[in-house]
Amino acid sequence: MVMKVRTFKYMFKQGLVGIWRNRGMSLASITTVAASLMILGVIITLVLNINGIAFMLQNQFDTVQVYLVEELSDEEITNIGIELGSIEGIKDLEFESKEQALQKFKEGWGEQGYLLESLEKNPLPNSYVIHLNNIESADAVVNELTNVSGIDEVKYYKDVIDNLLRIAKFIRSVGWALILVLVLIAMFIISNTIKLTLNARKQEVNIMKYVGATNWFIRWPFIIEGMLLGLIGALFATVVINFAYQSAFDLITTRVYVILSTYMILPTQMLPRIIIIFVVLGCGVGALGSIVSLRKHLRV
Amino acid sequence: MSKCNGQELIKLIEFQNVTKIYDKGVQALTNINLKIDKGEFVFLVGASGAGKSTFIKLLLKEQDPTNGTIYINNQNVGDISRRKIPHFRRGISVVFQDFRLLPNKTVFENVAFAMEVIEASPKEIRRQVPMILSMVGLSERASQYPHELSGGERQRVSIARAIVNNPSILIADEPTGNLDPETAWEIMKVLKSINRRGTTILMATHAKDIVDVMQQRVIALEKGRIVRDEQRGAYGHES
Repeated sequence: MVMKVRTFKYMFKQGLVGIWRNRGMSLASITTVAASLMILGVIITLVLNINGIAFMLQNQFDTVQVYLVEELSDEEITNIGIELGSIEGIKDLEFESKEQALQKFKEGWGEQGYLLESLEKNPLPNSYVIHLNNIESADAVVNELTNVSGIDEVKYYKDVIDNLLRIAKFIRSVGWALILVLVLIAMFIISNTIKLTLNARKQEVNIMKYVGATNWFIRWPFIIEGMLLGLIGALFATVVINFAYQSAFDLITTRVYVILSTYMILPTQMLPRIIIIFVVLGCGVGALGSIVSLRKHLRV
Repeated sequence: MSKCNGQELIKLIEFQNVTKIYDKGVQALTNINLKIDKGEFVFLVGASGAGKSTFIKLLLKEQDPTNGTIYINNQNVGDISRRKIPHFRRGISVVFQDFRLLPNKTVFENVAFAMEVIEASPKEIRRQVPMILSMVGLSERASQYPHELSGGERQRVSIARAIVNNPSILIADEPTGNLDPETAWEIMKVLKSINRRGTTILMATHAKDIVDVMQQRVIALEKGRIVRDEQRGAYGHES
């Protein structure tokens, strides 16, 4: 359907008049849309960042650390090394002795490293650090490793990555449930707002029907009103979320953990996604709210 | 039932064995057969509940008949899909007893509204509305609001709105019901002049004196049946 510019202007104006006429309900609608989208925004930024970090980790930490049991002879250690080397999917491996491990540990502690000097006995085990051809094959390789005797424990980053992804998934599921509830509430409130406009315009609509206005000509102003309510809520939420994310990003990168910032999505990259998601959802919720109301209260 | 004045008249409205029974079992119209030609002026009379409202609702396709067929402009109304109803309604307009004007619009805007909602161009609106307003004698009132007008003037605005899109049929549902006798006659003059321009008029009314004086075709309904259909008729035979 091609809409004339004049017609669109008329409908847009009717939409604005409707919003202004029920200022109170309009404000309530805009607020609920904005609140729902803000919560969605928090979830989206969390999930996107966790996904990003997990992806980065996957590429950078393709190692598996194999801790050996205590009291093995040098020969036994070498044999284990040979056995490990024959497992498919392993690119290379290097031995890390108890002493090396402790040294690394000390370095990691930096200035407080001297505290470790007081240890009577080195508590760290000997280990092999295995580099994999492909992180995806980690599970299969680890499975093979458990058949090798003399191994105490296997640590690999896939665990960490999987955990991260699991957290992301959890947040996403909880988020979806929350969003669904909030979207339904927003739709309910918008449809009630539209109902008020419908009541105010009952006579006009009645006349329009009798003089032969098309059904869509009658419906559009209400749908536009709903979409405007959603859009205003979306813009409001975008401003808030953008500000909040920028602040969180700055805080993390300057105060908490600088390295993390390289894994985080830049606020300038986040903004366009947020805008698109919010505008589409805001307008969608608004339009749906109107349609629900029109179906119930407007027989055209 | 066509008038024989040498010209071939087009059957504008035709009811064939039309019966309407509402969901609750109320039989509003029973076996109605009639033809109305283009350019006729027809009174529809009968007591409240005789079926006048149902008759009008069927014409406007607000209701569908339970049985029978209605033709308007040689088109079977039953074949019109819901989507096409708005376009169908542009050919049949209605004037109500209670005027139904928009209080926050001027006389001009009220009439223009009917053109705006069918997406007429501003140019057409500027040309057509003053013409129609002068036809109903309201040129001077164009910029006034409904509450500043008398009842008769309001009804003329509503008539102007009804005919501004040039419908072929004008249905007037008790158009003089809220007006004093003198004003009622003003309205009848306006309707008659519209009729002279070729618009078919169907007027449902209780106004016995108007029907008797106008000497037009009268269709009388009683308990959902046509009991009388006369050219140059009167409201009722007795009393």
